[in-house]
Amino acid sequence: MAGLFSIPPVSRLCGHVWRRNLTVFFKTWKVNFFPPFIEAFLYLTAIGLGIGTYVRQIDGVPYVNFIAPAILAISVMNSAFFECTYGSYVRMYYQKSFDAMIATPLSIEDVIAGELLWGATRSTMYVAIMLPVLAAFGVISLPLSLLAIPLAFFGGMLFAGIAMCFTAITPSIDTLNYPAFLFITPMMLFSGTFFPLSLLPQAFQYVAYALPLTHLVAVSRMLTLPALSWTGILNIAWMGAVTFVVCVLAINLMRRRLIV
Amino acid sequence: MKMIQCVSPRSGGSLSVFGLDPEKHPVEIKGRIGVVPQETNLDPDFTCEGNLATYARYFDIPKDDAKKRVDELLSFVQLNEKRNVAIEKLSGGMKRRLILARALVNRPELLILDEPTIGLDPQARHLVWEKLRLLQAQGNTIVLTTHYLDEAARLCDRLVIMDGGKIHLEGAPADLVRQHAGTEIVEVEKTEKVIACLKGNDIQYEEAGDMVLVATESAQDLARTLFEQCQPKKILARPATLEDVFLKLTGRRLRD
Repeated sequence: MAGLFSIPPVSRLCGHVWRRNLTVFFKTWKVNFFPPFIEAFLYLTAIGLGIGTYVRQIDGVPYVNFIAPAILAISVMNSAFFECTYGSYVRMYYQKSFDAMIATPLSIEDVIAGELLWGATRSTMYVAIMLPVLAAFGVISLPLSLLAIPLAFFGGMLFAGIAMCFTAITPSIDTLNYPAFLFITPMMLFSGTFFPLSLLPQAFQYVAYALPLTHLVAVSRMLTLPALSWTGILNIAWMGAVTFVVCVLAINLMRRRLIV
Repeated sequence: MKMIQCVSPRSGGSLSVFGLDPEKHPVEIKGRIGVVPQETNLDPDFTCEGNLATYARYFDIPKDDAKKRVDELLSFVQLNEKRNVAIEKLSGGMKRRLILARALVNRPELLILDEPTIGLDPQARHLVWEKLRLLQAQGNTIVLTTHYLDEAARLCDRLVIMDGGKIHLEGAPADLVRQHAGTEIVEVEKTEKVIACLKGNDIQYEEAGDMVLVATESAQDLARTLFEQCQPKKILARPATLEDVFLKLTGRRLRD
């Protein structure tokens, strides 16, 4: 147990792992760039304009504008989480890519760090593609909303780290469905995404504040409305601390899984 | 093997590779060795060329050098026409050759191969052997593990027979065969008559399935003796091989 929270030795070589994934991503860029466009469009029309017709406003903000930052935050979560669970698991278990990499000067720590950075990069790219769509609908404010791009990388690291911890302990690819349905889906619905947290019973509000997505949605909303508040610093600090812990834990758990 | 490759931690004893401690200098050691794993772990997301180029990057080889090296290696393993072909379209033999090329990307001082020809057809095996002998002739150090003793006999200058984690024998294959299995082997069908006859003549033998094996310096003389005295149904004379040495040392019982 002692070793699980010690700082792993990661070198600059982790960039090569990141680069490998980037190269593969751009080989199939048409498939990869399409979903963010469509997703932004679908969410805005179905939930924003559909449900928005009845809801109209939340706290004085048009409903579409209220959910726009949540759509960004959910995309950050989904792209990093699914990349570092199913994506990484396939590379680790089925493709044996990690085994091939650690036969070179790369260490297992470099490999996992590269995977985490890549997960966060996917989040960033996803958000960068979604932003113009949201801007075209006129539901986010510019230029402050552009900060959602660096925020996506930051939030992406958080969810990549969480995902990699699950990947490190999952017995098979099927059991990765548990965190996806028991953790990611509820989080998508109850993190102040489609309705304000204040509508939840008091006890549930405390639970919601323990969910990583809650903090990301909060900061994201501050940027796109815009409605900056000092509480954003607390959200950022919370995410920073948790990101650090889960990434360290993820690398150490992976080391324990793969080095025998 | 995994310990030499700086992948698994040392389980006991002492180990140094190029005079360095694998636990303290893994990056330096790994940069100087090439590994052909038993399992095919080529990257299915890349072509043949892409696999080598990506691997070269892991070794921090500059792009221009890498490109030259990749071309060189694709010709060396005769996969030039397949350079833009996806991994899943390659045959088993081509995959093994590509893995060999991949292991050579960093011009390793030490090449480690784990069962390099497992599951290959005879043509593909011979091609891999040919490449390995070429590398050997160029003065490369190769460490190879194999269960195919004919492969070991063909390729090795120095052979170590290990079983259950212990070294049983060490030496040049031909010497080991001569010392431990004799020059030639006569196989006779096992019947009570033959056994009694061998015992009567005070000849040392070993039972193997439905045959009896006798090691000898001169198969011709022995075969003649047996023909004349024991009336065997089937008799076969052949040169002794490493397999005889191995089975003699480690026993014939299956160990699953």
